Amino acid sequence: MKTLLIKNGRVIDPANNVDAVRDLLIIGDKIVNATTQAPGKVETYDATGKMVVPGLIDLHVHLREPGRSDKETIETGTRAAARGGFTSVVCMPNTTPPADNTGTIAFIKQRAAETACVNVFPTGAITRELKGEEMAPIGSLKKAGVVAITDDGHCVQNNELMRRAVEYAKMFDLPVMDHCQDYNLVADGVMHEGYWSLALGLRGWPAVGEDMIVARNILLAETTDWYIHCQHLSSARSVALVREAKKRGVKISAEACPHHFSLTDESVKTYDTNFKMNPPLRSERDRQAILEGLADGTIDCIASDHAPHCNYEKEVEFDVAPFGIIGLETELALSLRLVHDKLLTWPQLVEKLTINPAKLLRLEKGTLSVGADADVTVVDPKQEWTYDVEQSASKSRNSPFHWMQFTGKAICTIVAGKTVWQEH
Amino acid sequence: MKTWQRKDLLGMKDLSAEEILFLLDSAKAFKQIGERKIKKVPTLRGKTVINLFVEPSTRTRTSFELSAIRLSADVININASASSLVKGETLKDTALNLQALNADIIVIRHSAGGAPHFLAKFLKASVINAGDGAHEHPTQALLDAFTIREKKGRIEGLNVTILGDILYSRVARSDLWMLTKLGANVTLAGPATLVPREFEKFGCRVTHDIDEAIRDADVINLLRIQHERQRKSAFPSIGEYTALYGLNKERFARIKPDAMIMHPGPINRGVEIDSDIADSDRSVILQQVTNGLAVRMAVLYLCSGGQKVES
Repeated sequence: MKTLLIKNGRVIDPANNVDAVRDLLIIGDKIVNATTQAPGKVETYDATGKMVVPGLIDLHVHLREPGRSDKETIETGTRAAARGGFTSVVCMPNTTPPADNTGTIAFIKQRAAETACVNVFPTGAITRELKGEEMAPIGSLKKAGVVAITDDGHCVQNNELMRRAVEYAKMFDLPVMDHCQDYNLVADGVMHEGYWSLALGLRGWPAVGEDMIVARNILLAETTDWYIHCQHLSSARSVALVREAKKRGVKISAEACPHHFSLTDESVKTYDTNFKMNPPLRSERDRQAILEGLADGTIDCIASDHAPHCNYEKEVEFDVAPFGIIGLETELALSLRLVHDKLLTWPQLVEKLTINPAKLLRLEKGTLSVGADADVTVVDPKQEWTYDVEQSASKSRNSPFHWMQFTGKAICTIVAGKTVWQEH
Repeated sequence: MKTWQRKDLLGMKDLSAEEILFLLDSAKAFKQIGERKIKKVPTLRGKTVINLFVEPSTRTRTSFELSAIRLSADVININASASSLVKGETLKDTALNLQALNADIIVIRHSAGGAPHFLAKFLKASVINAGDGAHEHPTQALLDAFTIREKKGRIEGLNVTILGDILYSRVARSDLWMLTKLGANVTLAGPATLVPREFEKFGCRVTHDIDEAIRDADVINLLRIQHERQRKSAFPSIGEYTALYGLNKERFARIKPDAMIMHPGPINRGVEIDSDIADSDRSVILQQVTNGLAVRMAVLYLCSGGQKVES
């Protein structure tokens, strides 16, 4: 059994209210009391000046397997995750075929066991074929091992069906995650409706198209008394709606993506399709509202919505390009800017990337408690680096952050006691 | 000395007032060519112009084709329905193939905003935007300005009202960028669903009241309802639109006596414009078409590297 002593790092473990310079001891695949007398040889990692945090969790990624392994595979997607400091990823069900059946979940779990270097937690579909017409076999999906249900990439438009699905999922203690998009309001919008969509002559994706479904989800969470998680919030009013609902104790939660709090719709002005995502980049006012929501806890989690696409698919007219960007390797660095800008403290940031998503999805992860799985990320808070997407571990290259400069980087990613990524 | 340094003409938004005026002045010399008995000069002999029309067009394509022919360029027309785009080839590959055939100038019309900008990023050939989605139609704006200057002698200080389907109109946008740069007072008018208030941020006036919009106008530019781009209904019926926003005889009687009526075509008689008004001497719709040739000849000439304009 391997013993690893991570020495002298600043250990930040929000779940246990820990933020102190100390040693962390791992024996085998578990975290043990640092004073434990280790049997045999002890490997030492000097973390002086570094942050030692629970392995990061991204609750919103697309690994594209099965079906589109030209864009990404579970192997390459999890390698990108490890480089970004993530020890667990939650993959979305919009694969080909979609994860609306136990066979696909079994396949994902098997491929993960064979090829993944970090933990992979699959989600299942809310509706069959993500069509929003009839419920997927949610109970069987739970048995097969999904941690939540979502039609991500799609949104159940029928409010009655959504209500029944949430009530049904509650029986199995399964949270429901939702990509909030009203199809009638959004229609074929390709970017945020506002100044820039008018200037560029591109069809608008109005913020109210998101707000409408966020409001719907709040009402349904209240009606069913069950957990609905709003994925990738992008608009100011959505943040306000969630904030107000949380005050009333509604079981509603939300995530934000780094691109939504780092960029605005003005970026689209060169028609670069790496700035096309769903929901779209919004106005500066919306961006500020997302930052406020992160700061005051309205937004619980940060997630990448890592969405790989082949170059040839993105190198087309803006109207016809697929939505989405890769994000696992830049997520932590973009999020660290919130700490540099004093918007969040280190523990607040770590919380949104570890224990909050873990609690939401009932994962026994996200802390450095004695006895916990030894998933650990070491972060160098001062390292200056430049993102070169050509060196990405992902199969795809669709990042708007190519050549961007950052301060702070994951330098060691440990999953179940095993180092899966280490910077040399 | 003023010169033209660009290889592409993508839109009016990026151009300075000086560049726009230089183009318009250059076009004057080319207008004369069309009035000669022999309407052809050797200026672009040996150059290849490809009209890549990925969205149907008769007027603009014919105008570009004739402009290139009158400059002695070799011209090929490609229509989307006949091209490999329908076989699944990407626009990028199609354009690279055209470049591999040594095309000097690619004139592109496309239903997607930004398609010409996308091509210009990787093509060595000149790219000329002949209309991209609801974004820009720079040569239409130039021929509008040319026509206004011809009739009014200036643009600065004129009240220009653009009326109709602004939201989906590339002509409205190109005219707006250009006319505001040249010092005109631009009013956008039409129903709220087609003329969002947000347009005011671009330095123009927005109104939903047609009578107020046309009262002080020196130039009234009417736009067609773009059925092909309106995926949702923006007003209850054509009949209601005509009643509320059509330029009928009653409204026409109240406009300034020297106000000129423009339209980028194709016109829908009896919808946005009364049939008799379209044919009246106040309408410059057909002069616009003639001037389109002069403007496009100037654009082809300048973008292919010409600097001085021979007369």
